Amino acid sequence: MQEERPLFDPDALGSQTMTRRAALAAGVGGLTALGLGAARARGAVPTALVQQFAGTVTLGSNYSDPVPKKAVANMLAKFTKQSGTSVKVNTVDHNTFQEQINSYLQGRPDDVFTWFAGYRMQFFAQKGLAGEIDDVWQTLKPQFSTALQNASKGLDGHFYFVPIYNYPWAVFYRKSVFKQHGYKVPKTWDQFLALAKQMKSDGLIPIAFTDKDGWPAMGTFDQINMRTNGYDFHINLMHGKEGWDTPQVKQVFAHWRELLPYYSQAPLGLTWQEGALQLLNKQAGMFLLGSFVGQQFTKPADHADLDFFAFPEINPKYGQDAVEAPIDGFMMARKPKNRDGAVALLKFIGSPTAENTYLATDPNDVGTNKHASTAHYSVLQRKAAQYIAGAKQISQYMDRDTRPDFASTVMIPSLQKFLNDPTGVNGLVKSIQKQKKAIFGT
Amino acid sequence: MGVDVAARVGAGRPPGHRRIARLSRGDRVAVALMVGIPFVVVGGLVWFPTIASILLSFTNWDGIGGVSSIHWIGTQNYRQIATIYPPFWPALEHNLYWLGALAVVGTPFGILLAYLIDKRIRGTRIYQSIFFLPVVLAPAIIGLIAELILSPTQGLINNLFEDPRGPGHITDWLGNPSLNLWAVLVFACWRHAGYIMILYLAGLKALDPSLREAAAIDGAGEWHAFRTVVFPAMRPINIVVAVVTVIESLRAFDIVYVINNGENGLELLSVLITDNIIGEASRIGYGSAIAVVLLVVSIVPITLFVWNTFGKKNEAAA
Repeated sequence: MQEERPLFDPDALGSQTMTRRAALAAGVGGLTALGLGAARARGAVPTALVQQFAGTVTLGSNYSDPVPKKAVANMLAKFTKQSGTSVKVNTVDHNTFQEQINSYLQGRPDDVFTWFAGYRMQFFAQKGLAGEIDDVWQTLKPQFSTALQNASKGLDGHFYFVPIYNYPWAVFYRKSVFKQHGYKVPKTWDQFLALAKQMKSDGLIPIAFTDKDGWPAMGTFDQINMRTNGYDFHINLMHGKEGWDTPQVKQVFAHWRELLPYYSQAPLGLTWQEGALQLLNKQAGMFLLGSFVGQQFTKPADHADLDFFAFPEINPKYGQDAVEAPIDGFMMARKPKNRDGAVALLKFIGSPTAENTYLATDPNDVGTNKHASTAHYSVLQRKAAQYIAGAKQISQYMDRDTRPDFASTVMIPSLQKFLNDPTGVNGLVKSIQKQKKAIFGT
Repeated sequence: MGVDVAARVGAGRPPGHRRIARLSRGDRVAVALMVGIPFVVVGGLVWFPTIASILLSFTNWDGIGGVSSIHWIGTQNYRQIATIYPPFWPALEHNLYWLGALAVVGTPFGILLAYLIDKRIRGTRIYQSIFFLPVVLAPAIIGLIAELILSPTQGLINNLFEDPRGPGHITDWLGNPSLNLWAVLVFACWRHAGYIMILYLAGLKALDPSLREAAAIDGAGEWHAFRTVVFPAMRPINIVVAVVTVIESLRAFDIVYVINNGENGLELLSVLITDNIIGEASRIGYGSAIAVVLLVVSIVPITLFVWNTFGKKNEAAA
């Protein structure tokens, strides 16, 4: 950590050098844009510098929200400063990017693009729509845990992905609310239900729950399934190797049913942002969500009051071993126009400098590189980092761990159906199983 | 310019070639373009996609890879859609509800508005603009407006009115699957009525006023005159209005997609097609099969319309 800083930190560089370099970069860029002017000007610029600034890498980005967008821009600015390679970013709305990923990757994708780890990444690698990047990982390997290395590999054992950060899913709460009512963090399922009951009698919404967008309910299924049946069963289920009409899956829904009386009213009409508001306004006591819930806690005092605990234990055999911590990162197109530039960019993205820069702007996530600095972490980030590091197994999230077509066309409507009709589980799991067979072919 | 030159060249030819000369090279190019461009447009934008969709509906193509990766699976997609795909029947049902709501509420209301505004009551232009406003807005914006008004905790209705079941209860206009379709249909009708109003108003303005005067002199009441004189005289417009109503209900998409991606009570055939084809899912074959179902459903009113307009005309000619 220490040795990185004097080398790369721009603040450590002389401000004069900085200004000059920035001016040159801007000047060359501007002239190139003018086209004709560039040829004439090139003579005036020393050859060495022109080489240094030559080359552009394109990046297709789904970091469209203001905070992540700025974080990426800051990170890329550092890359350009270091390497002289400029990066042309094509930012697309987060959801649109995902919806168009198929045609995007088959058309003329950017050299590097943003994506997610898990089966969702392996699916496209297997289809030959992403470039293998084993050479990037030669230098990155020692800097990442085995779990993260494995999460970056395709089904063929080659690397296809460079993580930038991950974030945990857990039960979030406000410390002040727990203190005010004297609540204790529950460890087991019974304690969790007892706490929810207590909160309800105290006039709180015990558990904020929102599923208008369809995907947030998946998080609850994942947690209950991993606590009830263990990580291996969960992942096999996600990969289509276990049946959905099994007693294990019915058990998951049976546990879930116990939580329903403690949920927000009208959950299927609310977005997660509205759920976060319930937590923020102290109307709700708890909220099972990813740590991005912190994005809604804009005041520093509120953010400092935010805390989380691991989803409680259901079966002692599996304890609280598994942690759901989706990894976001970057991949390379199958035929990048500028492969050298793409490799350089991916190497940089995997570096501690890149992660530090990114997280400085978007502090709701946790770095993935072992050497990423934790010095600027908030208390919550530090806790999240420890929580993920202590996990025995890490899952990605239902829509990342299973086939994209199964997640979106089968599971979203099915889970919503369960929430509307919690007693019709037998018919529901049969229906899921039939559709799963049709999609997975087994 | 080219045609002029060609015409002059043609004029100089011997009389025996006059027939051919009339179709000089310039003419032939013009004819080829006039036939060719529409042919390419119709063929490329209508027939090719339609036939491709029908063919793809018998495959399990996932949209990745070339033609060689397409495998025929017969009618499996259709069987699965009808048997194990839970959103399909609700979606079909919702499309029919949509048609019913527009036909029974939206369209008659639009006609009523047009009729009232045609009376030249004071402030006609203002009323006209107010009712036409939602038609100018994109349907997606209507969806956003619906969301702002209907959202259970933040929305206008639930904050303005107390729930009839007393405090502590929340009516979930967006998330309750037996309620949300009807709530959304109110907004769909709101937009549709404005559209129909403008169409009908144009027709009413063109109507010969003496018809109505004659009816009034004969002592027909307002409703009677409309039913027996105005409405039949408006037949061409009525057909357009009927067609527009059917088309609007079949292509309904934006409002529900903005509200909750068309899930949980707001399923529509158009949404299922999009979900399967456009999204990450990329089940091109499966989605195509749903599209073919929608095509078949659309063919019914199209046939009726064509038969009604052209069939009747031939009858009159004969």
